[in-house]
Amino acid sequence: MTWFGKRISFRRLADRAIEFASTLAALTAAAIVLLILAFITIEAWPALRDPGPARFVTDRTWFPLSGQFGLLPMLTASVLTTIGAVLLAAPPGIASALWVRYWAPPSLAWFHRRAIAILAGTPSVVFGQWGLVVLAPLIAAWGGSGQSLLTAVIVLALMTLPTIALASDAALGSIDDELVRGGAALGLGRWGIASRVVLPAARSSLLAGILLAAARAVGETMAVLMVAGNVPNFPESLLAPVRTLTANMALEMGYASASHRSILFVSGLLLMVAVAIPYLLATIARPRSDHG
Amino acid sequence: MAERRSNFGRSNSRRVDRVAGVIVSVAALSIVALLGWVVVATLRAGLGEIDLPFLTTAPTRAGRGGGIGPLIVSTLLVLAIAMLAATPIALLAAIRLAERSRQDRPGAVVARSGLIVLAAVPSIVFGLFGNALFCQALGMGYSILAGGLTLGCMILPFMTVTAERALRDLPDDWRLGAAALGIGRLSYLWRIELPAAAPALGSALALGIGRSLAETAALLFTSGYVMRVPTSLFDSGRTLSVHVYDLAMNVPGGASRASATACVLIGLMVLIDGTVVASLARIGAGRSAPIRRDASRDRASRIGDRS
Repeated sequence: MTWFGKRISFRRLADRAIEFASTLAALTAAAIVLLILAFITIEAWPALRDPGPARFVTDRTWFPLSGQFGLLPMLTASVLTTIGAVLLAAPPGIASALWVRYWAPPSLAWFHRRAIAILAGTPSVVFGQWGLVVLAPLIAAWGGSGQSLLTAVIVLALMTLPTIALASDAALGSIDDELVRGGAALGLGRWGIASRVVLPAARSSLLAGILLAAARAVGETMAVLMVAGNVPNFPESLLAPVRTLTANMALEMGYASASHRSILFVSGLLLMVAVAIPYLLATIARPRSDHG
Repeated sequence: MAERRSNFGRSNSRRVDRVAGVIVSVAALSIVALLGWVVVATLRAGLGEIDLPFLTTAPTRAGRGGGIGPLIVSTLLVLAIAMLAATPIALLAAIRLAERSRQDRPGAVVARSGLIVLAAVPSIVFGLFGNALFCQALGMGYSILAGGLTLGCMILPFMTVTAERALRDLPDDWRLGAAALGIGRLSYLWRIELPAAAPALGSALALGIGRSLAETAALLFTSGYVMRVPTSLFDSGRTLSVHVYDLAMNVPGGASRASATACVLIGLMVLIDGTVVASLARIGAGRSAPIRRDASRDRASRIGDRS
Protein backbone atom coordinates (compact mmCIF):
# COMPACT_ATOMS: atom_id res chain seq x y z
CA MET A 1 0.00 0.00 0.00
CA THR A 2 2.72 2.46 0.92
CA TRP A 3 4.87 2.22 -2.20
CA PHE A 4 1.95 1.75 -4.51
CA GLY A 5 -0.02 4.47 -2.75
CA LYS A 6 2.79 6.98 -3.05
CA ARG A 7 3.09 6.44 -6.77
CA ILE A 8 -0.58 6.90 -7.27
CA SER A 9 -0.72 10.06 -5.24
CA PHE A 10 2.29 11.60 -7.01
CA ARG A 11 0.63 10.85 -10.31
CA ARG A 12 -2.65 12.27 -9.10
CA LEU A 13 -0.85 15.42 -8.03
CA ALA A 14 0.85 15.82 -11.39
CA ASP A 15 -2.41 15.23 -13.21
CA ARG A 16 -4.16 17.77 -11.01
CA ALA A 17 -1.41 20.31 -11.65
CA ILE A 18 -1.61 19.97 -15.42
CA GLU A 19 -5.38 20.14 -15.26
CA PHE A 20 -5.31 23.32 -13.21
CA ALA A 21 -2.65 24.97 -15.40
CA SER A 22 -4.44 24.08 -18.61
CA THR A 23 -7.80 25.38 -17.37
CA LEU A 24 -6.12 28.60 -16.34
CA ALA A 25 -4.42 28.88 -19.74
CA ALA A 26 -7.70 28.26 -21.55
CA LEU A 27 -9.25 31.20 -19.74
CA THR A 28 -6.33 33.54 -20.56
CA ALA A 29 -7.79 34.59 -23.90
CA ALA A 30 -11.05 35.62 -22.25
CA ALA A 31 -9.07 37.51 -19.61
CA ILE A 32 -7.11 39.36 -22.28
CA VAL A 33 -10.36 40.33 -24.01
CA LEU A 34 -11.62 41.83 -20.74
CA LEU A 35 -8.31 43.63 -20.22
CA ILE A 36 -8.46 45.09 -23.73
CA LEU A 37 -12.05 46.26 -23.22
CA ALA A 38 -11.16 47.72 -19.82
CA PHE A 39 -8.05 49.60 -20.94
CA ILE A 40 -9.56 50.95 -24.13
CA THR A 41 -12.69 52.07 -22.30
CA ILE A 42 -10.64 53.76 -19.56
CA GLU A 43 -8.63 55.65 -22.18
CA ALA A 44 -11.73 56.48 -24.21
CA TRP A 45 -13.78 57.66 -21.23
CA PRO A 46 -12.57 61.30 -21.07
CA ALA A 47 -13.58 61.86 -24.70
CA LEU A 48 -16.93 60.15 -24.23
CA ARG A 49 -17.62 62.64 -21.43
CA ASP A 50 -16.10 65.87 -22.69
CA PRO A 51 -16.72 66.40 -26.38
CA GLY A 52 -19.29 63.62 -26.03
CA PRO A 53 -20.49 61.07 -28.61
CA ALA A 54 -22.84 63.54 -30.32
CA ARG A 55 -19.93 65.71 -31.49
CA PHE A 56 -18.34 62.75 -33.31
CA VAL A 57 -21.39 62.77 -35.59
CA THR A 58 -22.36 66.44 -35.71
CA ASP A 59 -18.90 67.91 -36.39
CA ARG A 60 -18.52 67.83 -40.14
CA THR A 61 -14.73 67.66 -40.23
CA TRP A 62 -11.77 66.15 -38.40
CA PHE A 63 -9.37 68.83 -37.13
CA PRO A 64 -8.70 67.56 -33.62
CA LEU A 65 -6.16 70.30 -32.89
CA SER A 66 -8.78 73.00 -33.50
CA GLY A 67 -11.64 71.22 -31.80
CA GLN A 68 -13.38 69.57 -34.77
CA PHE A 69 -13.97 65.92 -33.94
CA GLY A 70 -16.14 64.55 -36.79
CA LEU A 71 -15.53 60.81 -37.21
CA LEU A 72 -18.15 60.35 -39.94
CA PRO A 73 -15.86 60.94 -42.96
CA MET A 74 -13.50 58.22 -41.73
CA LEU A 75 -16.31 55.89 -40.77
CA THR A 76 -17.68 56.32 -44.30
CA ALA A 77 -14.28 55.55 -45.76
CA SER A 78 -13.94 52.41 -43.64
CA VAL A 79 -17.39 51.17 -44.68
CA LEU A 80 -16.87 51.99 -48.38
CA THR A 81 -13.45 50.33 -48.66
CA THR A 82 -14.70 47.23 -46.86
CA ILE A 83 -17.88 46.85 -48.92
CA GLY A 84 -15.98 47.51 -52.14
CA ALA A 85 -13.27 44.99 -51.28
CA VAL A 86 -15.74 42.27 -50.33
CA LEU A 87 -17.88 42.86 -53.44
CA LEU A 88 -14.76 42.54 -55.60
CA ALA A 89 -13.33 39.54 -53.78
CA ALA A 90 -16.40 37.39 -53.08
CA PRO A 91 -17.27 36.18 -56.62
CA PRO A 92 -13.75 35.04 -57.59
CA GLY A 93 -13.18 33.68 -54.08
CA ILE A 94 -16.28 31.48 -54.22
CA ALA A 95 -15.56 30.50 -57.84
CA SER A 96 -12.09 29.42 -56.80
CA ALA A 97 -13.56 27.24 -54.04
CA LEU A 98 -15.95 25.66 -56.56
CA TRP A 99 -13.03 24.91 -58.86
CA VAL A 100 -11.02 23.33 -56.07
CA ARG A 101 -13.93 21.15 -54.96
CA TYR A 102 -15.56 20.11 -58.24
CA TRP A 103 -13.35 20.76 -61.22
CA ALA A 104 -9.69 20.61 -60.27
CA PRO A 105 -7.67 17.40 -60.46
CA PRO A 106 -6.82 16.43 -56.85
CA SER A 107 -3.11 17.23 -57.18
CA LEU A 108 -3.78 20.70 -58.59
CA ALA A 109 -6.43 21.31 -55.93
CA TRP A 110 -3.88 20.48 -53.22
CA PHE A 111 -1.33 22.79 -54.80
CA HIS A 112 -3.89 25.59 -55.13
CA ARG A 113 -4.92 25.35 -51.48
CA ARG A 114 -1.29 25.40 -50.34
CA ALA A 115 -0.47 28.37 -52.57
CA ILE A 116 -3.39 30.41 -51.29
CA ALA A 117 -2.67 29.51 -47.66
CA ILE A 118 0.95 30.59 -48.09
CA LEU A 119 0.10 33.79 -49.97
CA ALA A 120 -2.45 34.60 -47.25
CA GLY A 121 0.50 35.12 -44.91
CA THR A 122 2.01 37.90 -47.01
CA PRO A 123 2.65 40.89 -44.71
CA SER A 124 0.25 43.78 -45.25
CA VAL A 125 3.14 46.22 -45.67
CA VAL A 126 4.15 44.20 -48.75
CA PHE A 127 0.66 44.72 -50.20
CA GLY A 128 0.93 48.39 -49.27
CA GLN A 129 4.32 48.77 -50.91
CA TRP A 130 3.06 47.02 -54.05
CA GLY A 131 -0.02 49.26 -54.10
CA LEU A 132 2.13 52.32 -53.76
CA VAL A 133 4.75 51.42 -56.37
CA VAL A 134 2.83 49.32 -58.91
CA LEU A 135 -0.90 49.97 -58.61
CA ALA A 136 -1.06 53.69 -57.70
CA PRO A 137 0.73 54.83 -60.90
CA LEU A 138 -1.73 52.75 -62.97
CA ILE A 139 -4.72 54.32 -61.18
CA ALA A 140 -3.17 57.79 -61.46
CA ALA A 141 -3.52 57.50 -65.24
CA TRP A 142 -7.28 57.95 -64.71
CA GLY A 143 -6.77 61.10 -62.67
CA GLY A 144 -5.80 62.05 -59.15
CA SER A 145 -2.60 61.12 -57.37
CA GLY A 146 -3.20 57.38 -57.53
CA GLN A 147 -3.63 57.17 -53.77
CA SER A 148 -7.39 56.90 -53.62
CA LEU A 149 -10.51 55.10 -52.52
CA LEU A 150 -10.29 52.88 -55.61
CA THR A 151 -6.66 51.91 -54.94
CA ALA A 152 -7.52 51.07 -51.35
CA VAL A 153 -10.49 48.97 -52.46
CA ILE A 154 -8.39 46.98 -54.93
CA VAL A 155 -5.52 46.34 -52.50
CA LEU A 156 -7.96 45.40 -49.75
CA ALA A 157 -9.81 43.07 -52.14
CA LEU A 158 -6.56 41.28 -52.94
CA MET A 159 -5.82 40.87 -49.25
CA THR A 160 -9.36 39.58 -48.64
CA LEU A 161 -9.30 37.05 -51.48
CA PRO A 162 -7.41 34.26 -49.65
CA THR A 163 -9.72 34.54 -46.63
CA ILE A 164 -12.85 34.25 -48.77
CA ALA A 165 -11.40 31.48 -50.93
CA LEU A 166 -10.32 29.35 -47.96
CA ALA A 167 -13.54 29.97 -45.98
CA SER A 168 -15.69 29.15 -49.03
CA ASP A 169 -13.68 25.99 -49.61
CA ALA A 170 -14.41 24.90 -46.04
CA ALA A 171 -18.08 25.87 -46.45
CA LEU A 172 -18.46 23.75 -49.59
CA GLY A 173 -16.70 20.88 -47.86
CA SER A 174 -19.19 20.92 -45.02
CA ILE A 175 -22.31 20.05 -47.04
CA ASP A 176 -23.68 16.54 -47.08
CA ASP A 177 -22.25 14.26 -49.76
CA GLU A 178 -25.69 12.69 -50.18
CA LEU A 179 -26.97 15.95 -51.68
CA VAL A 180 -24.28 15.90 -54.35
CA ARG A 181 -24.95 12.24 -55.16
CA GLY A 182 -28.67 12.94 -55.32
CA GLY A 183 -28.07 15.76 -57.77
CA ALA A 184 -25.90 13.51 -59.92
CA ALA A 185 -28.56 10.77 -59.82
CA LEU A 186 -31.09 13.27 -61.10
CA GLY A 187 -28.85 13.85 -64.10
CA LEU A 188 -27.53 17.26 -63.22
CA GLY A 189 -24.14 18.21 -64.65
CA ARG A 190 -21.34 19.68 -62.60
CA TRP A 191 -22.59 23.20 -63.06
CA GLY A 192 -26.14 22.12 -62.29
CA ILE A 193 -25.00 20.48 -59.07
CA ALA A 194 -22.80 23.44 -58.15
CA SER A 195 -25.43 26.11 -58.81
CA ARG A 196 -28.63 24.35 -57.78
CA VAL A 197 -27.49 22.00 -55.03
CA VAL A 198 -24.14 22.96 -53.53
CA LEU A 199 -24.38 26.75 -53.45
CA PRO A 200 -27.89 26.89 -51.95
CA ALA A 201 -26.99 24.22 -49.38
CA ALA A 202 -23.81 26.04 -48.35
CA ARG A 203 -25.38 29.51 -48.49
CA SER A 204 -25.31 30.36 -44.82
CA SER A 205 -21.78 29.14 -44.22
CA LEU A 206 -20.59 30.96 -47.36
CA LEU A 207 -22.17 34.14 -45.99
CA ALA A 208 -20.48 33.54 -42.64
CA GLY A 209 -17.13 33.29 -44.42
CA ILE A 210 -17.78 36.57 -46.22
CA LEU A 211 -18.73 38.21 -42.94
CA LEU A 212 -15.45 37.03 -41.42
CA ALA A 213 -13.55 38.46 -44.38
CA ALA A 214 -15.39 41.78 -44.04
CA ALA A 215 -14.56 41.93 -40.34
CA ARG A 216 -10.92 41.40 -41.13
CA ALA A 217 -10.99 43.98 -43.94
CA VAL A 218 -12.49 46.65 -41.68
CA GLY A 219 -9.62 46.18 -39.24
CA GLU A 220 -6.85 46.20 -41.84
CA THR A 221 -4.58 49.16 -41.26
CA MET A 222 -1.18 49.27 -42.91
CA ALA A 223 -1.97 48.51 -46.55
CA VAL A 224 -4.93 50.91 -46.58
CA LEU A 225 -2.87 53.55 -44.81
CA MET A 226 -0.21 53.28 -47.51
CA VAL A 227 -2.48 53.54 -50.57
CA ALA A 228 -5.63 55.50 -49.60
CA GLY A 229 -4.17 59.02 -49.57
CA ASN A 230 -5.32 59.73 -45.99
CA VAL A 231 -7.31 62.95 -46.47
CA PRO A 232 -10.09 62.92 -43.84
CA ASN A 233 -12.89 64.10 -46.13
CA PHE A 234 -16.01 62.47 -47.52
CA PRO A 235 -14.89 61.00 -50.88
CA GLU A 236 -16.42 62.77 -53.88
CA SER A 237 -15.38 60.10 -56.35
CA LEU A 238 -13.62 56.74 -56.55
CA LEU A 239 -10.40 58.59 -57.34
CA ALA A 240 -10.54 60.86 -54.29
CA PRO A 241 -8.19 60.19 -51.36
CA VAL A 242 -9.80 58.86 -48.18
CA ARG A 243 -8.75 58.10 -44.62
CA THR A 244 -10.16 55.11 -42.76
CA LEU A 245 -10.66 54.87 -39.00
CA THR A 246 -7.76 52.44 -38.67
CA ALA A 247 -5.42 54.62 -40.74
CA ASN A 248 -6.41 57.61 -38.60
CA MET A 249 -5.36 55.79 -35.44
CA ALA A 250 -2.06 54.70 -36.94
CA LEU A 251 -1.29 58.20 -38.22
CA GLU A 252 -2.15 60.20 -35.13
CA MET A 253 -1.44 58.00 -32.08
CA GLY A 254 2.22 58.98 -32.29
CA TYR A 255 1.64 62.64 -31.40
CA ALA A 256 -1.88 62.73 -29.97
CA SER A 257 -2.39 63.80 -26.38
CA ALA A 258 -5.27 64.55 -23.99
CA SER A 259 -8.73 64.52 -25.61
CA HIS A 260 -7.29 63.88 -29.07
CA ARG A 261 -5.65 60.65 -27.86
CA SER A 262 -8.82 59.75 -26.03
CA ILE A 263 -10.90 60.06 -29.21
CA LEU A 264 -8.54 57.73 -31.02
CA PHE A 265 -9.32 55.20 -28.30
CA VAL A 266 -13.04 55.83 -28.84
CA SER A 267 -12.61 54.87 -32.48
CA GLY A 268 -10.64 51.81 -31.37
CA LEU A 269 -13.49 50.79 -29.07
CA LEU A 270 -15.99 51.37 -31.86
CA LEU A 271 -13.92 49.22 -34.21
CA MET A 272 -13.50 46.42 -31.70
CA VAL A 273 -17.20 46.17 -30.95
CA ALA A 274 -18.17 46.52 -34.62
CA VAL A 275 -15.80 43.68 -35.56
CA ALA A 276 -16.24 41.32 -32.62
CA ILE A 277 -20.03 41.00 -32.88
CA PRO A 278 -20.23 39.83 -36.52
CA TYR A 279 -17.17 37.66 -35.91
CA LEU A 280 -18.82 35.93 -32.99
CA LEU A 281 -22.03 35.44 -34.99
CA ALA A 282 -20.20 34.19 -38.06
CA THR A 283 -18.05 31.73 -36.13
CA ILE A 284 -21.09 30.29 -34.39
CA ALA A 285 -22.93 30.02 -37.73
CA ARG A 286 -20.05 28.20 -39.39
CA PRO A 287 -20.05 24.41 -39.51
CA ARG A 288 -18.42 22.80 -36.53
CA SER A 289 -15.77 20.97 -38.54
CA ASP A 290 -13.64 23.93 -39.51
CA HIS A 291 -13.34 25.93 -36.34
CA GLY A 292 -13.26 23.08 -33.85
CA MET B 1 -13.01 13.20 -54.29
CA ALA B 2 -12.47 10.66 -57.05
CA GLU B 3 -15.71 8.97 -56.14
CA ARG B 4 -17.63 12.21 -56.29
CA ARG B 5 -16.13 13.16 -59.65
CA SER B 6 -17.16 9.93 -61.29
CA ASN B 7 -20.76 10.67 -60.40
CA PHE B 8 -20.84 13.67 -62.62
CA GLY B 9 -21.14 12.70 -66.11
CA ARG B 10 -22.85 12.26 -69.38
CA SER B 11 -25.57 14.83 -69.06
CA ASN B 12 -27.17 17.02 -71.64
CA SER B 13 -25.77 20.14 -69.98
CA ARG B 14 -22.21 19.27 -70.87
CA ARG B 15 -21.50 22.50 -72.69
CA VAL B 16 -22.75 24.62 -69.80
CA ASP B 17 -20.50 22.54 -67.58
CA ARG B 18 -17.52 23.21 -69.74
CA VAL B 19 -18.12 26.97 -69.89
CA ALA B 20 -18.62 27.09 -66.12
CA GLY B 21 -15.44 25.03 -65.71
CA VAL B 22 -13.47 27.54 -67.74
CA ILE B 23 -14.87 30.44 -65.71
CA VAL B 24 -14.13 28.94 -62.30
CA SER B 25 -10.67 27.77 -63.27
CA VAL B 26 -9.81 31.20 -64.64
CA ALA B 27 -11.01 32.70 -61.34
CA ALA B 28 -8.99 30.24 -59.31
CA LEU B 29 -5.81 30.67 -61.30
CA SER B 30 -6.10 34.45 -61.45
CA ILE B 31 -6.26 34.61 -57.65
CA VAL B 32 -2.93 32.84 -57.39
CA ALA B 33 -1.55 34.90 -60.26
CA LEU B 34 -2.61 38.23 -58.74
CA LEU B 35 -1.28 37.42 -55.27
CA GLY B 36 1.85 35.99 -56.86
CA TRP B 37 2.25 39.25 -58.79
CA VAL B 38 2.38 41.19 -55.52
CA VAL B 39 5.13 38.96 -54.12
CA VAL B 40 7.11 38.68 -57.36
CA ALA B 41 6.99 42.44 -58.00
CA THR B 42 8.38 43.02 -54.50
CA LEU B 43 11.11 40.43 -54.99
CA ARG B 44 12.09 41.87 -58.37
CA ALA B 45 12.28 45.41 -57.02
CA GLY B 46 14.20 44.47 -53.90
CA LEU B 47 16.43 41.47 -54.44
CA GLY B 48 19.01 43.46 -56.40
CA GLU B 49 19.61 45.77 -53.44
CA ILE B 50 20.46 43.01 -51.00
CA ASP B 51 24.09 42.18 -50.26
CA LEU B 52 26.03 41.26 -47.15
CA PRO B 53 26.66 44.85 -45.95
CA PHE B 54 22.92 45.56 -46.32
CA LEU B 55 22.14 42.72 -43.91
CA THR B 56 24.78 43.62 -41.35
CA THR B 57 25.31 47.40 -41.18
CA ALA B 58 23.20 50.05 -39.49
CA PRO B 59 20.90 52.29 -41.52
CA THR B 60 22.04 55.83 -42.32
CA ARG B 61 20.11 58.90 -43.56
CA ALA B 62 16.76 57.60 -42.21
CA GLY B 63 17.24 54.30 -44.04
CA ARG B 64 18.19 55.62 -47.49
CA GLY B 65 21.76 54.42 -46.94
CA GLY B 66 23.43 51.71 -44.91
CA GLY B 67 21.67 48.48 -44.09
CA ILE B 68 19.14 46.88 -41.78
CA GLY B 69 21.37 44.93 -39.36
CA PRO B 70 19.99 46.37 -36.08
CA LEU B 71 16.42 45.99 -37.35
CA ILE B 72 16.92 42.26 -37.92
CA VAL B 73 18.10 41.99 -34.30
CA SER B 74 15.04 43.93 -33.05
CA THR B 75 12.70 41.84 -35.19
CA LEU B 76 14.10 38.56 -33.84
CA LEU B 77 13.91 39.82 -30.23
CA VAL B 78 10.29 40.93 -30.57
CA LEU B 79 9.48 37.61 -32.23
CA ALA B 80 11.23 35.64 -29.47
CA ILE B 81 9.31 37.42 -26.71
CA ALA B 82 5.98 36.99 -28.48
CA MET B 83 6.59 33.26 -28.99
CA LEU B 84 7.89 32.71 -25.43
CA ALA B 85 4.80 34.41 -24.05
CA ALA B 86 2.20 32.80 -26.30
CA THR B 87 3.46 29.23 -26.91
CA PRO B 88 3.14 27.73 -23.40
CA ILE B 89 -0.26 29.33 -22.81
CA ALA B 90 -1.54 28.29 -26.23
CA LEU B 91 -0.35 24.71 -25.76
CA LEU B 92 -1.86 24.33 -22.30
CA ALA B 93 -5.11 25.94 -23.41
CA ALA B 94 -5.23 23.60 -26.41
CA ILE B 95 -4.74 20.58 -24.14
CA ARG B 96 -7.69 21.66 -22.02
CA LEU B 97 -9.94 22.54 -24.96
CA ALA B 98 -9.18 19.30 -26.84
CA GLU B 99 -10.63 17.20 -24.01
CA ARG B 100 -13.77 15.79 -25.52
CA SER B 101 -15.49 14.83 -22.32
CA ARG B 102 -15.64 18.36 -20.94
CA GLN B 103 -16.91 20.52 -23.78
CA ASP B 104 -20.08 21.95 -22.27
CA ARG B 105 -18.81 23.17 -18.93
CA PRO B 106 -19.22 26.95 -18.49
CA GLY B 107 -15.44 27.39 -18.33
CA ALA B 108 -14.97 25.85 -21.77
CA VAL B 109 -17.72 28.01 -23.26
CA VAL B 110 -16.20 31.19 -21.79
CA ALA B 111 -12.74 30.17 -23.01
CA ARG B 112 -14.01 29.50 -26.50
CA SER B 113 -15.90 32.79 -26.81
CA GLY B 114 -12.81 34.59 -25.50
CA LEU B 115 -10.70 33.00 -28.23
CA ILE B 116 -13.20 33.97 -30.93
CA VAL B 117 -13.40 37.59 -29.84
CA LEU B 118 -9.63 37.86 -29.33
CA ALA B 119 -9.06 36.53 -32.86
CA ALA B 120 -11.42 39.22 -34.15
CA VAL B 121 -9.73 42.22 -32.53
CA PRO B 122 -8.05 44.30 -35.27
CA SER B 123 -4.29 44.55 -34.88
CA ILE B 124 -4.34 48.34 -34.58
CA VAL B 125 -6.57 47.93 -31.51
CA PHE B 126 -3.94 45.60 -30.06
CA GLY B 127 -1.52 48.45 -30.68
CA LEU B 128 -3.69 50.90 -28.68
CA PHE B 129 -4.15 48.32 -25.94
CA GLY B 130 -0.43 47.49 -25.76
CA ASN B 131 0.39 51.18 -25.62
CA ALA B 132 -2.09 51.79 -22.78
CA LEU B 133 -1.25 48.68 -20.73
CA PHE B 134 2.39 47.77 -21.32
CA CYS B 135 3.93 51.10 -22.32
CA GLN B 136 2.03 53.36 -19.94
CA ALA B 137 0.29 51.53 -17.09
CA LEU B 138 3.15 49.07 -16.56
CA GLY B 139 5.79 51.69 -17.36
CA MET B 140 7.69 49.77 -20.01
CA GLY B 141 7.68 52.71 -22.43
CA TYR B 142 8.22 52.07 -26.12
CA SER B 143 10.19 48.83 -25.83
CA ILE B 144 10.93 45.47 -27.38
CA LEU B 145 9.29 43.85 -24.36
CA ALA B 146 6.05 45.83 -24.75
CA GLY B 147 5.92 45.06 -28.50
CA GLY B 148 6.62 41.37 -27.98
CA LEU B 149 3.97 40.99 -25.27
CA THR B 150 1.41 42.83 -27.42
CA LEU B 151 2.13 40.43 -30.29
CA GLY B 152 1.93 37.52 -27.85
CA CYS B 153 -1.66 38.51 -26.99
CA MET B 154 -2.44 38.90 -30.67
CA ILE B 155 -1.21 35.48 -31.85
CA LEU B 156 -2.53 33.55 -28.83
CA PRO B 157 -5.98 32.67 -30.26
CA PHE B 158 -4.62 31.52 -33.64
CA MET B 159 -1.97 29.31 -32.04
CA THR B 160 -4.45 27.88 -29.53
CA VAL B 161 -7.05 26.94 -32.13
CA THR B 162 -4.46 25.37 -34.46
CA ALA B 163 -2.83 23.41 -31.61
CA GLU B 164 -6.23 22.27 -30.38
CA ARG B 165 -7.05 20.90 -33.82
CA ALA B 166 -3.69 19.09 -33.87
CA LEU B 167 -4.46 17.33 -30.58
CA ARG B 168 -8.05 16.61 -31.54
CA ASP B 169 -6.97 14.86 -34.75
CA LEU B 170 -5.41 12.02 -32.73
CA PRO B 171 -7.65 8.95 -32.49
CA ASP B 172 -9.82 8.88 -29.37
CA ASP B 173 -9.03 5.17 -28.89
CA TRP B 174 -5.50 6.05 -27.76
CA ARG B 175 -6.79 7.93 -24.75
CA LEU B 176 -9.08 5.04 -23.82
CA GLY B 177 -6.23 2.59 -24.31
CA ALA B 178 -3.95 4.66 -22.11
CA ALA B 179 -6.62 4.88 -19.42
CA ALA B 180 -7.13 1.11 -19.58
CA LEU B 181 -3.39 0.58 -19.09
CA GLY B 182 -3.41 2.92 -16.09
CA ILE B 183 -1.20 5.54 -17.73
CA GLY B 184 -1.54 8.93 -16.05
CA ARG B 185 -2.71 12.09 -17.79
CA LEU B 186 0.78 13.62 -17.71
CA SER B 187 2.67 10.62 -19.07
CA TYR B 188 0.05 10.12 -21.76
CA LEU B 189 0.48 13.75 -22.74
CA TRP B 190 4.27 13.69 -22.69
CA ARG B 191 4.97 10.25 -24.15
CA ILE B 192 2.14 9.80 -26.62
CA GLU B 193 -0.02 12.83 -27.32
CA LEU B 194 2.58 15.56 -27.83
CA PRO B 195 5.11 13.54 -29.89
CA ALA B 196 2.38 12.19 -32.15
CA ALA B 197 0.92 15.65 -32.66
CA ALA B 198 4.33 17.35 -33.01
CA PRO B 199 4.20 17.91 -36.79
CA ALA B 200 0.73 19.45 -36.57
CA LEU B 201 1.74 21.48 -33.52
CA GLY B 202 4.56 22.78 -35.68
CA SER B 203 2.00 24.44 -37.91
CA ALA B 204 0.63 26.29 -34.87
CA LEU B 205 4.11 27.59 -34.14
CA ALA B 206 4.63 28.49 -37.79
CA LEU B 207 1.34 30.39 -37.81
CA GLY B 208 2.38 32.39 -34.76
CA ILE B 209 5.78 33.16 -36.24
CA GLY B 210 4.30 34.19 -39.57
CA ARG B 211 1.74 36.52 -37.99
CA SER B 212 4.34 38.05 -35.66
CA LEU B 213 6.80 38.78 -38.43
CA ALA B 214 4.12 40.21 -40.70
CA GLU B 215 2.59 42.48 -38.06
CA THR B 216 3.11 46.22 -38.23
CA ALA B 217 0.12 48.10 -36.85
CA ALA B 218 0.34 46.57 -33.36
CA LEU B 219 4.02 47.53 -33.11
CA LEU B 220 3.91 51.18 -34.22
CA PHE B 221 3.09 52.40 -30.70
CA THR B 222 4.53 49.59 -28.63
CA SER B 223 8.03 48.73 -29.84
CA GLY B 224 8.53 52.02 -31.64
CA TYR B 225 10.81 53.37 -34.32
CA VAL B 226 14.36 53.52 -32.94
CA MET B 227 16.91 52.12 -35.41
CA ARG B 228 19.83 51.37 -33.06
CA VAL B 229 20.76 47.87 -31.92
CA PRO B 230 18.74 47.41 -28.70
CA THR B 231 20.95 46.95 -25.62
CA SER B 232 18.15 45.71 -23.38
CA LEU B 233 14.57 44.52 -23.72
CA PHE B 234 13.42 47.90 -22.43
CA ASP B 235 14.94 49.66 -25.44
CA SER B 236 12.76 50.66 -28.33
CA GLY B 237 13.55 48.73 -31.50
CA ARG B 238 12.22 49.05 -35.02
CA THR B 239 11.11 45.81 -36.70
CA LEU B 240 11.53 45.07 -40.41
CA SER B 241 7.83 45.52 -41.17
CA VAL B 242 7.75 48.94 -39.47
CA HIS B 243 10.85 49.85 -41.48
CA VAL B 244 9.14 48.91 -44.75
CA TYR B 245 6.20 51.13 -43.85
CA ASP B 246 8.36 54.05 -42.76
CA LEU B 247 10.63 53.90 -45.82
CA ALA B 248 7.71 53.64 -48.23
CA MET B 249 5.62 56.41 -46.67
CA ASN B 250 7.84 58.86 -44.84
CA VAL B 251 11.22 58.75 -46.55
CA PRO B 252 11.35 60.28 -50.05
CA GLY B 253 13.45 58.04 -52.25
CA GLY B 254 13.08 55.11 -49.87
CA ALA B 255 11.02 52.89 -52.18
CA SER B 256 13.79 50.59 -53.38
CA ARG B 257 15.11 50.14 -49.84
CA ALA B 258 11.54 49.40 -48.70
CA SER B 259 11.29 46.63 -51.31
CA ALA B 260 14.68 45.24 -50.30
CA THR B 261 13.63 45.18 -46.63
CA ALA B 262 10.35 43.52 -47.60
CA CYS B 263 12.36 40.82 -49.42
CA VAL B 264 14.45 40.18 -46.31
CA LEU B 265 11.22 39.99 -44.28
CA ILE B 266 9.69 37.45 -46.66
CA GLY B 267 12.95 35.48 -46.71
CA LEU B 268 13.08 35.43 -42.90
CA MET B 269 9.46 34.19 -42.73
CA VAL B 270 10.15 31.36 -45.17
CA LEU B 271 13.41 30.43 -43.44
CA ILE B 272 12.10 30.31 -39.85
CA ASP B 273 8.84 28.65 -40.85
CA GLY B 274 10.65 25.98 -42.82
CA THR B 275 13.09 25.24 -40.00
CA VAL B 276 10.36 24.96 -37.37
CA VAL B 277 8.10 22.75 -39.46
CA ALA B 278 10.97 20.49 -40.53
CA SER B 279 12.40 20.03 -37.04
CA LEU B 280 9.05 19.30 -35.42
CA ALA B 281 8.21 16.87 -38.19
CA ARG B 282 11.46 15.05 -37.35
CA ILE B 283 10.61 14.91 -33.65
CA GLY B 284 7.25 13.46 -34.53
CA ALA B 285 8.76 10.87 -36.85
CA GLY B 286 11.55 9.92 -34.40
CA ARG B 287 9.65 9.65 -31.16
CA SER B 288 6.46 8.04 -32.22
CA ALA B 289 7.21 6.02 -35.32
CA PRO B 290 5.42 2.83 -34.18
CA ILE B 291 2.38 4.79 -33.08
CA ARG B 292 2.09 6.48 -36.42
CA ARG B 293 2.23 3.21 -38.27
CA ASP B 294 -0.61 1.96 -36.08
CA ALA B 295 -2.59 5.04 -36.89
CA SER B 296 -2.33 4.50 -40.61
CA ARG B 297 -3.41 0.88 -40.24
CA ASP B 298 -6.35 2.14 -38.23
CA ARG B 299 -7.35 4.44 -41.00
CA ALA B 300 -6.97 1.72 -43.61
CA SER B 301 -9.27 -0.63 -41.74
CA ARG B 302 -11.85 2.10 -41.32
CA ILE B 303 -11.91 2.79 -45.04
CA GLY B 304 -12.24 -0.95 -45.59
CA ASP B 305 -15.25 -1.01 -43.29
CA ARG B 306 -17.06 1.65 -45.23
CA SER B 307 -16.88 -0.14 -48.56
